[in-house]
Amino acid sequence: MASRDPEERCHDPAERLERGALRRLQDQRLRQAVARAAAVPFYAAALARRGVDPAGFGGLDELDRLPLTTKQDLRDHYPLGFLAVPRSALARIHGSSGTTGRPTFVAYTARDLDTWAGLVARVLVAGGLRPEHLVHVAFGYGLFTGGFGLHQGIERVGAAVIPAAGGNTPRQVMLLEDLRPEALVCTPSYALHVAEVARGLGKDPAGLGLRFGHFGGEPWTEEMRGELERQLGIEAFNNYGLSEVIGPGVAGECRARGGMHVAEDHFLLEVLDPATLRPVPDGRPGELVFTTLTREAMPVLRYRTRDIAAVERGPCPCGRTGARLGRIVGRSDDMLVIRGVNVYPSQVEEALLRVEGTAPHYLIEVARPGTMDEAVVKVEIRAENLSDEMRRMVSLRDRIDHEIQAVTGIRMAVELVAPGTLERSPGKARRVLDHRRGPAPG
Amino acid sequence: MMLRQLSLFLENRPGQLRAPCRALADAGIDILTLSLADTAQFGILRLIVRDWERARAVLQQAGMVVNVTEVVPVAIADRAGALAELLGHLEEAGLGVEYMYAFPVRSAAGQAALLFRFERPEEALQVLRLRGVQVLEPEGLLALRA
Repeated sequence: MASRDPEERCHDPAERLERGALRRLQDQRLRQAVARAAAVPFYAAALARRGVDPAGFGGLDELDRLPLTTKQDLRDHYPLGFLAVPRSALARIHGSSGTTGRPTFVAYTARDLDTWAGLVARVLVAGGLRPEHLVHVAFGYGLFTGGFGLHQGIERVGAAVIPAAGGNTPRQVMLLEDLRPEALVCTPSYALHVAEVARGLGKDPAGLGLRFGHFGGEPWTEEMRGELERQLGIEAFNNYGLSEVIGPGVAGECRARGGMHVAEDHFLLEVLDPATLRPVPDGRPGELVFTTLTREAMPVLRYRTRDIAAVERGPCPCGRTGARLGRIVGRSDDMLVIRGVNVYPSQVEEALLRVEGTAPHYLIEVARPGTMDEAVVKVEIRAENLSDEMRRMVSLRDRIDHEIQAVTGIRMAVELVAPGTLERSPGKARRVLDHRRGPAPG
Repeated sequence: MMLRQLSLFLENRPGQLRAPCRALADAGIDILTLSLADTAQFGILRLIVRDWERARAVLQQAGMVVNVTEVVPVAIADRAGALAELLGHLEEAGLGVEYMYAFPVRSAAGQAALLFRFERPEEALQVLRLRGVQVLEPEGLLALRA
C-alpha cells in the first residue's frame, strides 16, 4: 500500500464544512428542494395529501412530513413524469438498467451536470487522484451513469482520461500496459477479471503500473478489496451512487477508508428501519433514504434506495465532515425479522467469509414452531474444509456459530451439511426459506 | 510408511451411510476397514480400501466430496498389554492421538494392526521407531490381512 497522502487534499472546501454549518445549509437547501419538487405533479399531490405547503415547509425539523419515493413511483411515471423543469431545460438523459424491459430515466440540467462532475471529482480526489494522473475508465459509456459520470469527474480534477469503456478485456490489458495509467475505474468484479485476463496473457497484473482503483457500481467485500490490492498492486477505493439520485459521486472513501463520505451538502441521508420506517441509530444497518438538495431536473424526496448500510458520524482523520457510509450489506427486500431483530442474508454471508475465506453455499431457514422464531443456517462443507478429524469439524461449526452471532446480534443454529446438497438455481441462489410465510419465490 | 485414508462427511439422517457403501459396492470395491465418528448432527466416515484413487473417483462420481489423509499403520503383538505399552511411549513423548481404529488381520499372524492419526505424524514416526515399534508399509499391512 502506498503511504498516506500527508495533505489529504479535498476537491471542495465544502467537504470539511463544520457540522453545524452543514446542518444550516441542508435546512436552507431542503426548503428550496421541496419548493422545486412541488413542480412535479406526483409530489404536488403527495405534499397536499400530507398537508405540507411547499412555500411554508419547516425544513429539517419537518423532514418526516415529506413523502417517501420508491422505484415503483418512478416506474409508474415513465418516461419523464418526475421532471421538475421544462424539457427544453434538459442537458442530458441517463437511465438505470432495468433488469426487465424499460429503464428508469434520469434527467439533468446543465447545472446538474456541473454539480455531478464536482461530486465525482470529490470522490476521486479523496481516493488519491491528482491532476497529473492518467485514468483508465472501463465503465460502459451510454445510458448507464458510470462511464460519463466518472469521465466528467476525472476531467474536473484536471486528470486525463482513457475512455476505454467496457468489453474486449485483452485490449484493455494492452491499453493499461502501453499507456500505464495510474488509476483504474470500473466495477470491482471487472477489475478482478482484468487481472485474470492479464495473467492469462502471461503478464503480471501488479506490473501494469496501476496505483489506484476507484471501484463502484456493485456491492463488494473487504476480502475482495484485499484480492484487488494484492493482484493489481493498488490502493482500492469504494464509491457509491445511484442514478435515481444522481449517479456515482454520492459517497466515496477517503484514504482513511473508514467508510464512504456522503456529500451531505447535496444529499440528505436518512437511515431507516425498512419495516417501521423509523430512523435507526448510527452504526446499525438500515435502508438508505436520500433527498436531493440541489438537483434541478429531477429532484427526489426521501428516495428509498432499498440498499442497506450503516452510517458513522464521528470525526475522520482526513478532516472531511460528511457522514461515513459503511459497505452496502444487502437489499431491504432481503431483510428477515427474527425474534424482532433485522437480519440480512449478507450478514450471514459475511460471517461465513470471516471463518472460511470464501463464502460457501448456505441457506437460512426460519420457522416458528411455537411462539418463538427459530433460525437455522445450513452451511455446505467445502472440499477444502472437509477434515477427517471431528475436532476440526466441530471447531469449524463453532466458529461459524460465533461469527454469525457477532455479526447479526442473534443466535442462529448452525448445521453443517454435505457438499452439493443445497438446492442450486440457475440464476440467483436461494438463500432464505421462511416457513413462517411459506416458501419465498425464486 | 503412510496409508491413504478416504474421509466423507455424513449428515445424521437415514440413508447417509448407505450411499457411499452402495457406490463402492456397485464398483466392486471392498472396504478393508472403516471408522465412524459422530456427533448428534453429523458424522465423518473414514475408509480404507485397496485402490484409494479408484474409490475416490467412484465416490466423487456419486456426488460426494472426499478428503484424502494419511494414517500410520502400526503392528503390535496380539497379546494383553501391547496397546497400553505402545500408548505409553507416545504419552512419554507428549504426542497426541487424533484417533485410531483397528485393521483386521489374520489371527494366525500373531499380530494386531492399528491405524493411527497422530497430531504430529512425523514426530510420532520417529518416536515409534526409536522405541522399536513396528511401523508397517502399506503393502505389508495389506499382506497381513489375507
